[in-house]
Amino acid sequence: MLAKLIRKTFRGGIHPGDFKEMSKDKPIETAPLPPEVILPVSQHIGAPAKPVVAKGDHVRKGQVIAEAGGFVSAPVHASISGTVAAIEPRPHPLGQKVPAIIIASDGQDQWLDGLPAENDAASLSPEAIRETVKQAGIVGMGGAAFPTHVKLAPPPDKPVGTVIINAVECEPFLTCDYRLMIERPRDIVAGLKLLMKALNAPRGCIAVEANKLDAYRALEDAAAGDPAISMALLEVKYPQGAELQLIDAVLGREVPSGGLPMDVGACVQNVGTAVAVFEACRFGKPLIERVVTVTGAGAGRPANLLVRLGTPISSLLELCQASPDVNKLVLGGPMMGLAQYSPEVSVTKGTSGILLMTGARQFEHQPCIRCGRCVEVCPMRLIPSDLSIVCEAGRVDEMMDNSIMDCKECGCCTYVCPSRRPIVHWVKLGKVQLARLKAKQAKKTA
Amino acid sequence: MAESTAARLLVSASPHIRAEESVATIMWTVVLALLPAGMFGAYLFGQHALLLIAISVSAAVATEYVIVRLRGRASTIGDGSAVITGLLLAYIISPSSPWYVPLVGSVFAVAIAKHAFGGLGMNIWNPALAARAFILSSYIIAMTASWVYPSPGQVLGDLSRSGTVYKKGRVTAAPYDALTTATPRAAVKNEIAAAQNPDWAGWADLKAAGDKPADWLKRIHERNRTSYLDLLVGTRGGCIGETSSLLLVLGGLFLIARGIVAWRIPFFYIGTAALLGWALPVKFPGGTAWFAGDPLFAVMSGGLMLGAFFMATDMVTSPVTRKGMIVFAVGCGVLTSFIRLYGGYPEGVNYAILLMNTTVPLIDRYIKPRKYGATR
Repeated sequence: MLAKLIRKTFRGGIHPGDFKEMSKDKPIETAPLPPEVILPVSQHIGAPAKPVVAKGDHVRKGQVIAEAGGFVSAPVHASISGTVAAIEPRPHPLGQKVPAIIIASDGQDQWLDGLPAENDAASLSPEAIRETVKQAGIVGMGGAAFPTHVKLAPPPDKPVGTVIINAVECEPFLTCDYRLMIERPRDIVAGLKLLMKALNAPRGCIAVEANKLDAYRALEDAAAGDPAISMALLEVKYPQGAELQLIDAVLGREVPSGGLPMDVGACVQNVGTAVAVFEACRFGKPLIERVVTVTGAGAGRPANLLVRLGTPISSLLELCQASPDVNKLVLGGPMMGLAQYSPEVSVTKGTSGILLMTGARQFEHQPCIRCGRCVEVCPMRLIPSDLSIVCEAGRVDEMMDNSIMDCKECGCCTYVCPSRRPIVHWVKLGKVQLARLKAKQAKKTA
Repeated sequence: MAESTAARLLVSASPHIRAEESVATIMWTVVLALLPAGMFGAYLFGQHALLLIAISVSAAVATEYVIVRLRGRASTIGDGSAVITGLLLAYIISPSSPWYVPLVGSVFAVAIAKHAFGGLGMNIWNPALAARAFILSSYIIAMTASWVYPSPGQVLGDLSRSGTVYKKGRVTAAPYDALTTATPRAAVKNEIAAAQNPDWAGWADLKAAGDKPADWLKRIHERNRTSYLDLLVGTRGGCIGETSSLLLVLGGLFLIARGIVAWRIPFFYIGTAALLGWALPVKFPGGTAWFAGDPLFAVMSGGLMLGAFFMATDMVTSPVTRKGMIVFAVGCGVLTSFIRLYGGYPEGVNYAILLMNTTVPLIDRYIKPRKYGATR
């Protein structure tokens, strides 16, 4: 059986320890209903949603409280029933304060009328699936939070041939996707079928890393009997689950620089997204909760929690017995997650994990010794050493020469750098400087 | 974690974990890999060689300390790079050099070749090799005294007295002469030069080996190269740390296994030198010998092993891309072979690597991997 499993991969990448043991065997557990939820209007890439409720309004679970602010946007739904306590800027995982709708729970946890519904998901037309996904506010749940319905609406000249389910979860520590694969493989496959239908895609593929063989088998069983769906077992390597590297590994195609997966006939969806699509189509359920892994050396009781969106991180820390020694709080995994300055941020649609680190320290960096390790591991095959030098010096004109926009900030270069250079930090800064310069130039020419 | 702890949450950009390896662990591992060859050199050439190594390393570290203080930076002695420079410099000087040769060389290596260019990571040339070029032109007698043909059995005995041969940096008398960087190489080179004279006394022996130019070249190698076993073990004349091919290869393989050295540079450098050492033509009166060189001799003689595994692989002064490393290594091999066969020196490793170091910024500028998703 194993002989037929060809392990595919991409060039570059690293092998950090996976640290998944801490939480991989913890079944998904429903977190207690929070007394208050904080729902930022920006939980996705694209235009912020526009609030449609006012302070004092009573809302019920599943009710739209902010509608999409454009095509590339997603509505926000109430994740509990209660009263709108305030609409005001609150700390956001990205670092700034962002307008958020705060709902004080009435303790009833009442659904909006008509929810949950009992729909025959299989009979939905492609248009109906797309519309349902859009109305449900579903975004990519692997972390990037790109509105899913946009991915489901490629232009006619770019048909999608293969929908790839990203069941890789290559970030160390995180196990939320793994638990879904083990516990709900049928829902994932049902979601994949809906996604394929929405895109008129003839093929589906579920891609799993070789360190999750049990999940691979569960999904294989669930997909058995559907000749359109294939399985792919991938080499264990970070960032195997990055969209571009996944497409390369599964289809052997490279998405053109600056292009989208649809340019090579692919559409990649995370397992969590597939489950959300299934639930939206089957039960009419909007995206109001997600699975979050709470883990790390500072987690006394690591867990995979089914959490209502908007739940303050601080309440989950209590639940998981966070150690007083925690000195770094990361939303997401250790490679691409965002360090938080306050536990008062809340779980959003893209929050896959809460990593509690103890003994974290600021690394002192030295000049580049040109060892070439970053070049060796860069999955985009850039020259991170050169890029780091021009970004560190703020040489904006040279950033484009060094393909700064092709950098996906996966962190491989920074992980391996023996001089401990904060390459990703400088690249992020460089992108901001570049954007400012472009805005300035646009103003001049206008 | 209570709210009050928010104040001490560390915020930084991702990634939040790092690999264990640091500049210091890399450098000290290189030191470890270098030690056996140096210890063998000290055994082979006696305590004067050991003294030279000690002087070289101490001077390099002391210079590093002083210069970094002068530049107002945090001490970088701990990173081990100065120790490597000191060791490498000692390894590529004659075991009979006077004490001040490694001293001047190390100071030059660290102060000028390294820190004048901005310190670790910024230097264009490998500091030890640049320093060797400097002392070669400064102490030409000490570095290139007249040739000897040491037999392995005598090496230890003769050279343990080497300290007495020198007075004030000059070769005093000639019970024996100082060794050069590449004695067997020099022997071969000298005899090829001598054979350009049709009346040379050695021709009878060469002609006895055959009537083709290739036979003559092979005979010259046989007469002068010392045995392959001596070349492998290192019981031959040469610089302090370059003689033992075996220990250098083992040290190099250790670094490759540890992922510290990229195999491409030594592989292509040594491969090119072997190929060209075999193939390149040698002119004789009466014909030209093509494809008749001795590739094993080319590989194990002179400073090739030390240069290929420990100097051409210097991260700072070699390209960062795979393809660039190959171009660089082949370039080193070509230059080494041409200098050896047609240049003024019997050995070309030093200048070959220095010249290729100079081309590294250019190589890195024009040879890059194809980007993911690059459209042409």
